[in-house]
Amino acid sequence: MAYPYTHEKEVRILSKHFGEPEARTVEGWKARGGYRTLAKAFEMGRDAIIDEVKASGLRGRGGAGFPAGVKWSFMPKEKTRPHYLLCNADESEPGTFKDRELLRWTPHQVIEGMIISAYAIQADEAYVYCRGEFFETTQVLARAVEEAYEAGYLGTNILGSGVDVDITVHCGGGAYICGEETALMNSLEGKRGTPRVKPPFPAQAGYMMMPSTVNNVETLSSVPFIIQEGADAYRANGTPESPGTKLFCVSGHVRRPGNYELPLGFPLMELIEDVCGGMREGRKLKGVIPGGSSVPILNAEECADCQMSFEGVIESGSQLGCAAVIVMDDSTDIVKAVRRMVGFYAHESCGQCTPCREGSAWTEKILRRIEDGRGTEEDLDTLMEVTSQMEGTTICVLSDSVAAPVQSSIQKYREEYLARIRTGERVGAAS
Amino acid sequence: MSDQQGMNTVTLSIDGSEVTVATGTTILRAAESIGIKVPHYCYHPGLSSPAMCRLCLVEVEGWPKPAPACKTTVADGQVVYTNSELAQTQRTGVLEFYLLNHPLDCPICDQSGECQLQDYVFQEGREHGRGREPKRVLGRDDFGGDVLFNGDRCVMCTRCVRFMREVAEDERLCVVERGSRAVIDTFFEDGLEGSPFAGNIVDICPVGALVSKDFLHKARAWDLDRTPSVCPSCSQGCNITLQTRDDLVQRLKPRENLDVNGWWMCDFGRHNYEWINRADRTTEPLVNGEAHGWSEALGALLSRLREAKGTVKAVTWAHSPNEEMGLLKGLLAEVGGGDVVYRSPKTEGEIALPGFPLLARREDLAPNVNGAELLGFERVGDENALGGLDEITGHAGVLIVVGDPLEDYGEDFGAEAELFVYLGSYSSKAASRADFVLPLTTFAEQEGSYTNVQGRVQRFWPGVRAPGMARPGWLVLGALLAELTETEAPASADQAFARVAEGVSEFGGITYRDLGTRGASAKKAAGVAGD
Repeated sequence: MAYPYTHEKEVRILSKHFGEPEARTVEGWKARGGYRTLAKAFEMGRDAIIDEVKASGLRGRGGAGFPAGVKWSFMPKEKTRPHYLLCNADESEPGTFKDRELLRWTPHQVIEGMIISAYAIQADEAYVYCRGEFFETTQVLARAVEEAYEAGYLGTNILGSGVDVDITVHCGGGAYICGEETALMNSLEGKRGTPRVKPPFPAQAGYMMMPSTVNNVETLSSVPFIIQEGADAYRANGTPESPGTKLFCVSGHVRRPGNYELPLGFPLMELIEDVCGGMREGRKLKGVIPGGSSVPILNAEECADCQMSFEGVIESGSQLGCAAVIVMDDSTDIVKAVRRMVGFYAHESCGQCTPCREGSAWTEKILRRIEDGRGTEEDLDTLMEVTSQMEGTTICVLSDSVAAPVQSSIQKYREEYLARIRTGERVGAAS
Repeated sequence: MSDQQGMNTVTLSIDGSEVTVATGTTILRAAESIGIKVPHYCYHPGLSSPAMCRLCLVEVEGWPKPAPACKTTVADGQVVYTNSELAQTQRTGVLEFYLLNHPLDCPICDQSGECQLQDYVFQEGREHGRGREPKRVLGRDDFGGDVLFNGDRCVMCTRCVRFMREVAEDERLCVVERGSRAVIDTFFEDGLEGSPFAGNIVDICPVGALVSKDFLHKARAWDLDRTPSVCPSCSQGCNITLQTRDDLVQRLKPRENLDVNGWWMCDFGRHNYEWINRADRTTEPLVNGEAHGWSEALGALLSRLREAKGTVKAVTWAHSPNEEMGLLKGLLAEVGGGDVVYRSPKTEGEIALPGFPLLARREDLAPNVNGAELLGFERVGDENALGGLDEITGHAGVLIVVGDPLEDYGEDFGAEAELFVYLGSYSSKAASRADFVLPLTTFAEQEGSYTNVQGRVQRFWPGVRAPGMARPGWLVLGALLAELTETEAPASADQAFARVAEGVSEFGGITYRDLGTRGASAKKAAGVAGD
């Protein structure tokens, strides 16, 4: 067992070289077969790359799951203005820690993916927008970019192909909202990181109002494999609707939390019980947040037959999001957990849209009151109504992220809220 | 779809009414065009639309989410509901959010009565708020210049930030912090100090977050009378509203006119109003220092004018309206002709508003320099409107002074004159020496018009009662002229202007009706008349 934890059921494509410090160097990466896809990609040509990625069915790994090839095809075919590729490394969703690992252990995989993707969408310039708190990660990546320049994989006329790609690593200020693609572009431009009203969409007017594509770190990291091995090889894993492997960031009350690369559609319970070694001694499963804190909570029943694919989790009543699986056992105080999550969103709301700015802070205050035993039953109705007015009424979906945990937890764990309101007692942690 | 003019239009339905508007129009503007007002804060016609207040969300049939009316462009066949249950629930919800941290200090808030939060909440807010949590308290902050910031009342529409960025192009405000901790703040200690158009942010603030220090606690909005007028502080002639209470001007506010000043005015003009409230006014006609009624005084003056033998010289100033100036010229022609000179202050350099290039604080610091020039008057005196009258001081014939208070001249002014007539609002050493002192109203007390730097003739209306027996210049000069020419005297400013416009080709026969409340270009009208 290497890298903090690994498991035999894993299909390690992206995470194959996690835990190997040599893979961070350009020589080490080459020795592991890195950068050989570039020549093939340049030979294939742009349209063929986009077609291959479309055929692979690769879906965006940032949370929304939008098909990457389709996204690329929105970029103008005729290049009349500069095109930009932006790599979204502002990984801030509570519960997720996959992009950090990809950048930290396999920075050249990300760079390779970016070169191919930038070539496909005719972007000469690409940016990596790193989360402000990723200090070590950003340093590793910046060093890798430097090395890639020295080795001739970046810059002008890459490998004599006539392709130019420049990568700039940009460190954000540590704002969750800058992971929203238009806020990311504003931030990268030096403005306040506030989401923009769409349309115009980034492919029409993105970074610097030029055609731009924003892709997640994991999405871009998947590109070299697809180009090298082909769409069919990629589709060998996963489900028809959610092909490929995915890094699952498991945290919470399991014995072996960590990053596990598994085929999409992997059963949730198997992930918890087998791959992660099960619950802690003597504890029962209470609920799981399957895709980062902005998706609805699944209770133990719903978890039972949940398949971890984009469509499978929707069927179970939540969303796959970025596959940040937060496992909670029966010691969990749901009211406190939800209050803590809402507190995060209230703190990270950019403050533009009224429902989000005021609503998230209000929701947190009500939850805090309930947690302190000063709530009323009407507060639950207020919470449901307030959060329903935060859904679909704002420029971006941060506000919806507040609604999801609040509404799902009140629906599924109403008894806990009521106990807290009536007796001031904490359910769960008592035992 | 295209109409006959070839302009592309679309037809949509808003609240059951069909409306046809140009392609690219927003739902909000389209609704406005048929009298449906969609509540909004962040949208302002003179600024970009960030669509962030979320108050203007409307229901569009077939759309999964409500759409911001200020930013969503219309499409053919679109069916929009601004008052459906969804739209109303949405607005009621947003209004409740606004009140969560709002101090509800309307009784001591200057914005009360003209506050859009107050209006909208009265209109469709919840009867009782559900917020039980303590409110955020930010307190007040002096933003510099005339602007006082009350953070607690702010609705975070960022109109002020965008005005400074996009229109003044003098970025001095920003949003600091995030989420519900977000607040408007200045970058540096100076804040807005010295930014010549910053006062406008007080006007566009939809609530009482930004208030004028000058106006602070002076009057309640519902006690103010509002009169359309023209700013007299420079030759730009910004359209303004005189806001008065108890016959005193309390403040000036810009009045929308896209051909002149947009929605804006400069701080220099905005705060230069106290002279209108001056108490030391001429209030009764004086003949050789003795008070008389108007008919006696005018009767005496007429016989003196008829007897007069010497040449006539006249002095006026660029604060006189077109009507007064024109009739003065007419009067001069009747009593033997003579030159008219005028004085007007001037400063060096214009102060432009970069985001609205039509508007600048002009070099001429008086409203009717162009009117005087059109009438062929000669400008004398220095940049402070002083001096230049030395030749006239000792004039032996008839001397008529209209408006200009001659403050820089002493008792020897007009001492040699055969007849010295002074018509004006303010007395002075020189003026009080006149054989006839006839009290005139100021622009704030009468109807009249100015010709601005663009050659645009713009009307103003009386907002303040005239003190004592003061009368408009056109009425007094018109009566004298009528007696001398044995014609009918103008009974209104309208008729007075018509008479003036007859004689001045540049005015090209325009009438008050053509001018309306927003004025018209004298030259353009002349061109049309000439065709």
